[in-house]
Order: sequence, then structure tokens, then C-alpha cells
Amino acid sequence: MISGAEIMVKCLQEEGVEIVFGYPGAVICPFFDYLYRTDIKAILVRQEQNAAHAASGYARALSKVGVCVATSGPGALNLITGIATAYMDSIPMVAITGQVKSDQLGRDVFQEADITGACESFVKHSYLVKDTAELPRIFKEAFHIASTGRPGPVLIDVPVDIQQGTVEEFVYPEKVNIIGYKPSVQGHPMQVKRALERLKDARRPIICAGGGVLTSGAKLRLREFSKRTNIPVVSTMMGIGVMPSQDPLYVGMIGSHGIQAANRAIHDSDLIILCGARVGDRAVSAPDQIIDHTTVIHIDIDPAEIGKNMKTNIPIVGDMKNVLNQLLKGVDYTAPEEWTQQIAQWKRDFARIPAKFEGYVEPKSFLEKLSSMLRPKSILVADVGQNQIWCANSYRLSDGRFFTSGGMGTMGYSVPAAIGAKFARPGRDVVAVCGDGAFQMSMNELATIAQNGLNVKIIVMRNTVLGMVHELQDLFYESRYAVTELDDTPDFRQIAGAYGIESALVSDNEEAEKAAAAMLKSDKPFVLVCNVHPNTSSR
Amino acid sequence: MKYTLSVLVENHPGVLSKVSGLFSRRGFNIDSLAVGITEDSNISRITIVADGDEYVIEQLEKQLNKVIPVIKVRTFAQDEFISCELSLIKVACPARQRLDIMKIAELMQARIVDVSVNTMTLQFADTIDRFETLIDLLKPYGIREIVRTGTVAIEKDSAVSRK
Repeated sequence: MISGAEIMVKCLQEEGVEIVFGYPGAVICPFFDYLYRTDIKAILVRQEQNAAHAASGYARALSKVGVCVATSGPGALNLITGIATAYMDSIPMVAITGQVKSDQLGRDVFQEADITGACESFVKHSYLVKDTAELPRIFKEAFHIASTGRPGPVLIDVPVDIQQGTVEEFVYPEKVNIIGYKPSVQGHPMQVKRALERLKDARRPIICAGGGVLTSGAKLRLREFSKRTNIPVVSTMMGIGVMPSQDPLYVGMIGSHGIQAANRAIHDSDLIILCGARVGDRAVSAPDQIIDHTTVIHIDIDPAEIGKNMKTNIPIVGDMKNVLNQLLKGVDYTAPEEWTQQIAQWKRDFARIPAKFEGYVEPKSFLEKLSSMLRPKSILVADVGQNQIWCANSYRLSDGRFFTSGGMGTMGYSVPAAIGAKFARPGRDVVAVCGDGAFQMSMNELATIAQNGLNVKIIVMRNTVLGMVHELQDLFYESRYAVTELDDTPDFRQIAGAYGIESALVSDNEEAEKAAAAMLKSDKPFVLVCNVHPNTSSR
Repeated sequence: MKYTLSVLVENHPGVLSKVSGLFSRRGFNIDSLAVGITEDSNISRITIVADGDEYVIEQLEKQLNKVIPVIKVRTFAQDEFISCELSLIKVACPARQRLDIMKIAELMQARIVDVSVNTMTLQFADTIDRFETLIDLLKPYGIREIVRTGTVAIEKDSAVSRK
């Protein structure tokens, strides 16, 4: 005889899960109790939302399903923001929640919440398990759904009596069979042919690379395609890292917070190849203005994204890696030099020199400098707010990675996601960059860092305001700083110290660079607090 | 414009809420939704009548396809399908009106399923157009209550074979 809880753990082993991030509670105890007896690491976070973010950082760093676990009711509810954040950024994740006893469902008993109902719009799929015997099939399906097609979070809600129930034996299914779920992975050959035909006439083509390129592991192929065809590349925020920042063919990030040259390039193009980009409103605010003078080729694994935000002339549904292979096989095209030169000219013309404030760190030049100090393949996790824009536009990377909450813009993402990333890639530099607002949303995770002796570096851009909204208030609300001032911001060095974590406080770039060098040399966690002037703009 | 969609789904608990929830969260407007088991007891069919332009319907189809237990989505072209709706209509019916209403029922091929001292209940299964005609005819007598199932639709083989 084998219990449901043991089956759940065995399923995780079958799926090659090595670590879960979570928080216990009464109705998930049977599961944790079995997990405790295995090699699978269970990392205790300090709030459930951060378990989901940590699983997200882990998933991104390893291109593997991240797993988070919480108990019923408030535990599960706290997961929601993390699950929704993963959903918006297409992160493969399995969230496991405990649930009250099946026969008490719907009676509003202690710590009962309808979590499958609450998460309906934020998950790729969800299960409320009604029978212990169903567990193997459900776990198999959940991992399959989370990691294939357009990845996303899958929720499995397991009532405690299902965990305690027993069946004769454990058999893990070899295959999944979901009749309604067969994501197409190859691009339709006719559409690929049409795309290549149209490309021949293009004078000003541009590739817009999104997060889908990274998800599919197609980064190198995209670089090859761009190089072979001389087509310049812009990226969305989620697509940062697809191209090396210094590549002459890379223009920069597009969008309301992107760089002008990139926006100009996409606006003046006569053919856009959208690669795994959903054309979110922050990336292209007025797609209608662009489409009347350009041809749009949209490649995406999710057919629903094609034509959703931008009208498309040639849709290609398929996995980015495969479609790029198909395109590379047939392509015989070189973009005109005049076009790439024009873009290079814009890059020079529109370059901005950031304003400096005496006695403060200028974050953009510091982040650029920091990039050169990090080892290859480093992971930088940006939070949300001005710090996100600074990082997006100033972090220079070639083989490194850039993680952030792109779609949902969830403040507090960086520290827990960096924790997950560090567990995934202990040999790499992992740096979280956040503002003093976002840091205060997840600085409780310093405890997780300390408890695990995790070598995560945290850079806090301390400007004592909620910078992004503060800036918005300057622009649209006559500088009435309603509820955006963080006066009496705590002494972050003391807070770090309370957890036994080293720290430094710096007030100009030279100091910041010196402190960063020392921070990166050490193999211990570190909090680097940078005083930033509250009027430093995001651009 | 009105579109009729036929959606095959796995017959599991919770599937209907996954499908119906999609409409409100994606901002789609639907006129009706009818669910029932198909010839295969593992599969249910949801027939949806939705209002929108081509873009909306395309998105609706694609978003429905993303719901994991959705097996197949089909939007019927005009004249390609037969549709009908079952309704129960309770009309005010004192003795002096009984004959009138019986005549209307006969004319429209509605079945009289219940008669009381003051009311008569008709059962009617037909197209929406014919339903509206019936309602127009009954209105002067005073309609007490209407219960409708929502449209169900099936492909017309005759139309397909002619193509």
C-alpha cells in the first residue's frame, strides 16, 4: 500500500525535481513529511508569494519546471500573485497546494479557499484532486502542460484526505494523453515559404525578439539568423539577452521605456519579424500606426497571440527554435547596408547622457559598469519600477541572463527570484537589483538567504521614494507626491546586519564600483545600498 | 454580428467553469450557452451564441482552444447549420382567452404542457426567429414567465454535401 503523499513525492522524483520552495501548513503536512525523507530539497521561504517567485527564478535559470508548495487557504491565496506573475511571463511552474478534507469542501471550514477557482484566469491549467488513484496521471499531465507549448503555471490542489488515502501500488504513466492539447511545434512550411518570399523585397527589415526566443532556447539561432541576413534586432523587455548588448546589429529595447533608436527602427521598418513577442502595450503602444506601412510576420507557439495585439500578414505558429531552423534552411537574403547604417546613426543621435547628482549614485552608468564586472553567464534579476528600466537599458550582457517580472510588473520579485536562480545555478553570479520600495516588499527573504548561506547579491537603489510613480506624478499630477514618499526608510545596513548579512552604503559611483568589486569577490550574500537622488529619471 | 460556436470538451467536472469564466475575463459577450453530453459519454458539447466582429470571434476561438479540456472549436458559417432552442412560456390565460391561445399554439406548433385556471404553459422548440414571432403573438395576452435553454446547433450535412 502506498499513500497519496508518498505518490506525490514519487511523482516529483519521476519528473526529476530536485528542489521545491514552499511553506507548510496542516493540510500539506503529509506531503512535506514524505518529502523530508527524500533527497528533494525543500526550501522554506518567509511568505508563500516568494515561493512562487523563487520557483520562477529557478525555472528561468534552468529551463526546467519550478515547483512551489503551500498549504490551503491563506497559504494558497498568497501564492496567487506569484502564479499570475509566472503566467504573464510564460514560466513553467507547478504549484502544489494542500486543501481541506474532500468531504468538507464548500463548507467554509478553517483555512478553506477555493484556490482552483481563484486561480482560473492565472493558470494554464489546474486540478482539484478527488481520488488518490488519479495523482500519478495528474502530476504527469501537470508537468507536461507546464513545460510544453507556451509554458505556464499549473496548479494541483490536493485535499489532505487524498494525501492520506492509499492505493495498491504506484505506477507512473509513461505518456500523457490529453486529446485537446497538442501544441504544434513545426512552422507550417507554406507560411515559412511565404515569409521568405516577402522578406526578399524588404528594404528596412527588423526582427523584434521577445521572451519566447529565450523560452524556446533559440537564442543562438536567432543570432545566427540576424547575422546571416544582416537584419537588425530590437527586443522587448522579456527578450533582453537574446542578442549580445554590444552586437552592432542589436538596437535595444523597444517600448514606452525603451530606447528611441529601437522605437524609431521598428516604426520606420517595412517588414517586422516578431519572434516570440506578444506585442504588449508597453512594448508597442500604438500597433495600428505601424501596420499600415509594414509587413508583419509573427512567429509564436501560441496561436492566440498572433493577431491579438497587432494585425499580422504572415502568421507562423510553431516553436521558435524549429521555425528559425526552417527559416535558416531557406533564407537567401541580406538587408541593405543603408538601413543598418541608418540605425547605427540613430543609435548615436539618440544616445543620452544621464544627469548626475552630486553625492548620489547615478544608477545607469553604475549598472553599465557593474555589467563588465560580472562573470560571463551571470544572472541579473531586476525588480519593478525605475530600477527595472535602468537595468533593462543599461545592463550589458552577452551570455548572461536578465530576469524580471515583465508582464505583471510584480514588485518584490527580484530577491526571491534571485534566490531561486542561485539554487539553480550556484556557480554563477546572481544579482538582484531593486528599489527601496520593492526591497521592502520581500526583504523578509533575507532570512531564507541567511538560513541557506546563499551567495545572492542584492543592490538596493535607495531613492526614498516610489520612483516610478513619483516620476509619473511629476509628469501628470503637478508633482503632488501622493503616497509615494518613503520617508524614514529604514537603515538597510542594520536590517542586513540583523540577519548576519554583510552590507555597504555608497553615495557616488566610484564608491559604488569599489563596493561592488568587493561584493562580487566575496562568496557570501551581500546587500549593497546605493543612495540615488529622488529626481533621477527612469530614462 | 451573431456567431454560433460549437465546442467539444472533455466531460469532467469544472470544465464548464473554465470555459464560461473565459468570457467574462476576456471581455467577450455571449447571448447563450448550452451544454449537453454527446454520443460519446466522455465528451460534452457546448453551443455558444456570441456577439462580435471577426476579430472578437477569432480571439474567442483561439482562447477557447487554449483551455486544456477543450477538444475542438468550430464556428459555423451562415446556412451551414441547423439551430434550435427549447423554451417554456407561461401565459396569462383566463377561460375566455383559452381558445385564442390554443389557436396560436397550433399555428406555431407549440405544445401545451400545462393549463391552470389562470395560465397556460407552452413548450416550444424552434429557431430564435420563430420564438420571437410566438412571443409577439402571445404578448397581448400577458406573458408571466419565460424559460429558455439557449441555442443548440448541428451541422447541416445537406449543405456540406452540396458544396
